[in-house]
Amino acid sequence: MTLPIRNLVLFGLMALLILITGVVQGWTLALTIVNMGLISAIMALGVNLQWGFAGLFNVGVMGFVALGALGAVLVSMPPTTAAWEAGGVRVLLGLAMGAATIVAAVQVHKRMAPGRTRTIVIIAVLVVGFFLYRAVFDPGAAAVEAVNPTLTGYLGGLGLPVILSWPVGGLLAAGAGWVIGKTALGLRSDYLAIATLGIAEIIIAVLKHEEWMSRGVRNVSGIPRPVPLEVDLQRDPDFLERAASLGLDPIFASTLTVRLAYMALFAIVLLVLLWLAQKALNSPWGRMMRAIRDNEVAAEAMGKDVKGRHLQIFILGSAICGMAGAMMATLEGQLTPSSYLPLRFTFLVWVMVIVGGSGNNFGAVLGGMLIWWLWVMVEPIGLWLMTVITAGMPDGSWLKLHLTDAAAHMRLFTMGMILLLVLRFSPRGLIPEK
Amino acid sequence: MSDNPYQDGRGNKDASITNRAGMGQIEYRPEGEARPAGPGPFLIGEAMTGGYGTGANILNDCTISVEKGEIAVIVGPNGAGKSTAMKAIFGMLNLRGGSVRIDGEDITALSPQARVPKGMAFVPQTSNIFTSMTVEENLEMGAFLRRDDISTTMEQVYGLFPILRDKRQQAAGELSGGQRQQVAVGRALMTQPKVLMLDEPTAGVSPIVMDELFDRIIEVARAGITILMVEQNARQALEIADKGYVLVQGANAFTGTGAELLADPEVRRTFLGG
Amino acid sequence: MVGFLNALVVFLNFVFVPALAYGSQLALGALGVTLIYGILRFSNFAHGDTMAFGTMVTILITWWMQGVGISFGFLPTALLALPFGIVITGLALLGTDRGVYRFYRQQKADPVILVIVSMGVMFIMNGVVRFVIGVDDINFADGTRFIITAREFQELTGLQEGLALRTTQVLTVVTAAIAVALLFWFLNKTRTGKSMRAFSDNEALALLSGINPERVVAVTWLIVAALATTAGVLYGLDKSFKAFTYFQLLLPIFAAAIVGGLGNPLGAIVGGFVVAFSEVMVTYPWRRVLSHLLPEERMPDGLVQLISTDYKFAVSFIILIIVLLFRPTGLFKGKSV
Repeated sequence: MTLPIRNLVLFGLMALLILITGVVQGWTLALTIVNMGLISAIMALGVNLQWGFAGLFNVGVMGFVALGALGAVLVSMPPTTAAWEAGGVRVLLGLAMGAATIVAAVQVHKRMAPGRTRTIVIIAVLVVGFFLYRAVFDPGAAAVEAVNPTLTGYLGGLGLPVILSWPVGGLLAAGAGWVIGKTALGLRSDYLAIATLGIAEIIIAVLKHEEWMSRGVRNVSGIPRPVPLEVDLQRDPDFLERAASLGLDPIFASTLTVRLAYMALFAIVLLVLLWLAQKALNSPWGRMMRAIRDNEVAAEAMGKDVKGRHLQIFILGSAICGMAGAMMATLEGQLTPSSYLPLRFTFLVWVMVIVGGSGNNFGAVLGGMLIWWLWVMVEPIGLWLMTVITAGMPDGSWLKLHLTDAAAHMRLFTMGMILLLVLRFSPRGLIPEK
Repeated sequence: MSDNPYQDGRGNKDASITNRAGMGQIEYRPEGEARPAGPGPFLIGEAMTGGYGTGANILNDCTISVEKGEIAVIVGPNGAGKSTAMKAIFGMLNLRGGSVRIDGEDITALSPQARVPKGMAFVPQTSNIFTSMTVEENLEMGAFLRRDDISTTMEQVYGLFPILRDKRQQAAGELSGGQRQQVAVGRALMTQPKVLMLDEPTAGVSPIVMDELFDRIIEVARAGITILMVEQNARQALEIADKGYVLVQGANAFTGTGAELLADPEVRRTFLGG
Repeated sequence: MVGFLNALVVFLNFVFVPALAYGSQLALGALGVTLIYGILRFSNFAHGDTMAFGTMVTILITWWMQGVGISFGFLPTALLALPFGIVITGLALLGTDRGVYRFYRQQKADPVILVIVSMGVMFIMNGVVRFVIGVDDINFADGTRFIITAREFQELTGLQEGLALRTTQVLTVVTAAIAVALLFWFLNKTRTGKSMRAFSDNEALALLSGINPERVVAVTWLIVAALATTAGVLYGLDKSFKAFTYFQLLLPIFAAAIVGGLGNPLGAIVGGFVVAFSEVMVTYPWRRVLSHLLPEERMPDGLVQLISTDYKFAVSFIILIIVLLFRPTGLFKGKSV
């Protein structure tokens, strides 16, 4: 993992941006940006794996990230015993019946000879299965949701350490990736883009409305943390002593410590993933992926299983996005399904990958950090800009108010501009593939 | 993978977002001007040197010319640059040296579409019809630049290829190979060109259809339209040619009348199989 | 018999008419997507935001008209403002093509690069719309709200159930029908329209026939501006205008275009209605229809709703997958205009 001078300079400049933010706007904000930037870099790494290595167009990043976040809830939240007693078994049974219906339909499709009879049988299996599923599942879900709805109203999780949810979130996303990839890449021509676009919306809809699982729009908050709470630190005499010896305000010191702890955790994950991605890129597997990408016909003629490889890398990329989602939920301490918007979680990650440099893992990391920094900073910069522009206008004038309010929307405009400028003048990105 | 980063689609062929069917392969070139040129042959590509994009030269100092109302034929082994020479004359690749002149005008700087109003018509070897459009619409599109009444020309084309009249409301993509070639030639004739350029018009058609096509081409030439043609079937093509060019590795190897080349022992031995 | 009529009226009122209006809006949107796909050869992610942009311009003009006292009688004023909205959106799209897309055409860029470019345009348009008009719900329909209200219908027919026809619903279907008829006439009968089809079919040969690609592309953007603005304004009149909703329309619109067969205008229209009808029918609680058909004792409990309305996106998506499994190029053969 050696970096050419140019890349070192670029990463150095990125660090400088963070430093300036820290000095000008405070270290709390700077570290908040770094933490989310690290998570963004992981998402970009996942998308880069799919797009950069294999040319797969995933516009459903949001869905995989959200599934990962759900993983954090399912692993780490304490189980709601009352809800389990009320209808947990019934819900699980219902889900199992739903799954069995689909498996049965697939089996019928496989075993029976093609023809009208098969179609009728499949439809019959699906219709009967659907109503059985609804009959078993609906009362169970209703019972679960009725248990103390203001506080729980859902099944809760397994009560395991939250760090465990990071790989689990990855697994959940990988599972979704497998289903989507199997379906969309299996069709006669490849329809991955629309499939991912659709699935992402469905996943968000499920999170928003399946309250027995995710509490829906009432959100799950208080996800356990892998690092100590600030208030606990402030009560710890050892900590106070150390803070005092460094001449720091205890509250500030505790915030800083917590963020630094998160940063260390995220940085470790990012570095491990980056190392793995680089290893993969330079392994025979990575070379084969690029060979398929650059000349699919030739690769297929040489007996490479193009569809299989594509499915593999799609699942891997999705898993990384899911992991990032679980980490994000851990950092925020909550799952808020309504905050998952495609512009923020799908298209912004694309901007990161393109700006950083498609096909280059370091590019994806740099792009993730840089674009996230911009995403956060555009608003204060825009507000400052608007203040300067409107300085001459009378207070309370309609235009002044409108411009100041609208500064918040500069964000999307700026992201679009950056994407277009990079595509036009530096189409290979800041750190090109080669 | 391409050197041009904008053309690097990373092997993506997602049918829900990209449409590669019918994409053009003709390079973009800035619009240039035609300049008057001195007297010379009716159509000449003189000392042409160049290749596709930024790639290696395929043509090396190659010259092709044809007089009004004549049939000129380009033959040669595979990969000799026959089709490339023809495309160069039509402006479909950027020349690094040489010039193209027609009827006393230097048109080297013109884009392919700007050469159409100069009286040039080109029938590519493949994808030479609008498959989703009817035969009649194909012919109409051939006459796209004309603002006058096109029905007489259309009648002439139907006179030349009577089968097309019966199938004029049928989608061109549903026709047989030979009929498609007729549509392709018919479309090119609709512009009332001075020069008709054909890139291997008989590729992939049966011998009977091939003879028929050659007869029609002679008929077109008799009507005063200059013909420049690339052919795989060298012997038959040279038999109807007023002028023949044998290209080897993008350069002129032999030039003469069709009869001369057919008689040349060297040409016979190397290209016509004895 | 009366029970059957009542059931029919409920069906028309809550399923058929709304789905017809929604389907018309989707069809117009999908036509724009399919035209760009056929001629510029990429799926335009900025299409939802183009619709939002066109609607925004139309709303601003409508407000101005309302301000100076111009009205369109019982029809919404926005209809008068629509032509101006189309012109301004057309100019904006031509400007975008000049400033952004044309360069990539000259480079003969891969279509997938253009898809990414359209993401950039999407961000910018989304930003502009939010910047100018904000993110709130805007209701800009005026004029008479109903052609016939439920009560009037009940009094007229003596039925227990009422059929309310909103002006905007009728307007949507009529305008969409006119727009579609015009488009088909244009594509099949005029020289320019045929040249667009030729360009979509075989770009190189179109060039060799003297068809000017820049002109074809420019005309395409203008038509897309007209379709997108009309679709957006009709949707906004029927429901309301909200920048984010328009962005979200991208999925059903793409689904409609793909179900019909991308690049095929007829397919886009059929796809629009297929998606709209399945969305409405699968998420509609049929209890009220059944209550007129079944005797009391055989009525099922619950709403008789197959899937909750929350999952309407899932419906368009599942329809899409089913169609693609059985007809990989869509209901109508895709990939040619």
